[in-house]
Amino acid sequence: MDESYSTQREELLSLEPPLRVAITGGTAGLGLALVREFRSRGAEIAFVARDKERLQRVARELPGTHGIVGDLARKEDIYPIALQVSGSLGGVDVLVNNASSLGPVPLALLADTECEQLELALATNLIGPFRLSRALLGALSASARQGRGAVILNIISDAAINPYPQWGAYGASKAALLHLSRIWDAELASEGVRVLALDPGDMDTELHAIALPDADPASLKRPQTAARELADAIAAALPKGELHGVRPGSEPRSLQ
Amino acid sequence: MRRILRANFVTLLRSGDLVIANDAATLPASLHGSHVASGGAIEVRLAGWPSDVLDDPRHFHAVVFGVGDYRQRTEDRPPPPVLHPGDRLALGPLSARIEALLGHPRFATLSFDGTPDVIWAHLASHGRPIQYAHVPAPLALWDVWTPIAGPPVAFESPSAGFTLDWRSLALMRSCGIRFATLTHAAGISSTGDPELDNLLPLDEPYFIPAKTAAAVNAMRAHGGRVIAIGTTVVRALEAASARNGIIRAGNGVATGRIGVGTKLRIVDAIVTGTHQPGTSHHALLGAFLGETPLRRLDAELATNHYRTHEFGDSLLIERGDGSISGWAEDAYRHVLPGAQAGVAL
Repeated sequence: MDESYSTQREELLSLEPPLRVAITGGTAGLGLALVREFRSRGAEIAFVARDKERLQRVARELPGTHGIVGDLARKEDIYPIALQVSGSLGGVDVLVNNASSLGPVPLALLADTECEQLELALATNLIGPFRLSRALLGALSASARQGRGAVILNIISDAAINPYPQWGAYGASKAALLHLSRIWDAELASEGVRVLALDPGDMDTELHAIALPDADPASLKRPQTAARELADAIAAALPKGELHGVRPGSEPRSLQ
Repeated sequence: MRRILRANFVTLLRSGDLVIANDAATLPASLHGSHVASGGAIEVRLAGWPSDVLDDPRHFHAVVFGVGDYRQRTEDRPPPPVLHPGDRLALGPLSARIEALLGHPRFATLSFDGTPDVIWAHLASHGRPIQYAHVPAPLALWDVWTPIAGPPVAFESPSAGFTLDWRSLALMRSCGIRFATLTHAAGISSTGDPELDNLLPLDEPYFIPAKTAAAVNAMRAHGGRVIAIGTTVVRALEAASARNGIIRAGNGVATGRIGVGTKLRIVDAIVTGTHQPGTSHHALLGAFLGETPLRRLDAELATNHYRTHEFGDSLLIERGDGSISGWAEDAYRHVLPGAQAGVAL
């Protein structure tokens, strides 16, 4: 255990209870960076991933976090995930829907995309976040009623706005997620639950390497940087971020 | 007794009312497996929390059934093998130990092996919601979580909460009706064993958020109505105010039965299912109505074909003048295909 971690834990003792954050796709790329970032800020974290071995490795490396095996694209996995999130954290203040599917790999023209590949992208990037948000909405709205605030952050991409060739399945699913976020944010405003959709930018992650193997990593944003910006955005959307030991900071780049 | 349409439920409420619901999510509390020493098949139904700590899934009170499943009425299920403290139970990926028997050969405290995270994962993969013989298809978790379900601490669904949806919450707000929640670990409602049912309801831990306590106490001071969504909310609020009529925020445990003769200090009206006589939920309605009107209600429900089982029809009962409104509850059409408004009534 590193020293900064134990310092953070001590600071937390005065927070009752600390911010409770659930992150999907939490064992790689941006998701893993978000787990680390929120942990360093003193949050209680549950993270979801498909691969059990990878999940256990991260949970061992980051003691105190709760690893949950599940696939957001599978309907049958959603309530078991929600049960474990709420059970292990004792409630939820923040849900980050980060797990994403590129659709066809390597990327393909829409006319070369199998319908099943589009379905999988929609299941992972749109329906899964909708299902999990809905299953956890009772817990999130309870946090809002208690004055803690509640935020759902849906990770999108500039492919949700720009019609990049070969990004059809991914781009269409993220565009739908962006619009769903906007409508839900308007509908849930009176409940005190915020729904954000933010683009972290092009990052040096496994997902990016699969999509664009020839990209120069040096030209890409580090996932830690994006995670810090996103955590700041979440803190800013909570009523009193400092109450939870989450320090508000600068606004990140947003598509909205 | 008035009959209304479910869609008009919110019109029974008035500006200034405070509506309180139980936001407990329902555990997958039914676990099939075997009694290791005898090899006998068993079903364990988690039934209660041994302490007021609601976030430790290592220890539970449980009722143990013998071979068979929910397709048999619980009354007709054979008993489990004879249980002794120290016995091991193998429940799918879960392994448990009987810690103590609780005054009945089928009622025990058990402890699961493993860390809380591992136990949650195994409960999620192996556990099923407690099932009902009258419901045709097996219930999944999504069938038994109300729209506002949050902390997974209830053993059976706080089902009056199904009357609420996000539209009705928005409608209430626009009509000046306030809404708050508490978390009450609703225990098992019936075991099919008269001796065991006499022990019900078990002691039930609850948690009342500071904002909810403040809202109720302000209501008492200003004379507004407090409307409980379900019997579990009545139990929690009346327990939390038992000392001096003022709601204390935080954790507590509701003990004992509420019934005819119990003086209600907090709750003015209840939205509830139409429970069967003999159950503790039914007895609780006596505190709102008194003995004779409660019996009259039972007769009226029977005459008018209200459905009095779990996932049946709904009532709003007011304490002051004993007025009752009833509606065909269609919030359960996903589990009981016939349960559409107007079909049963």
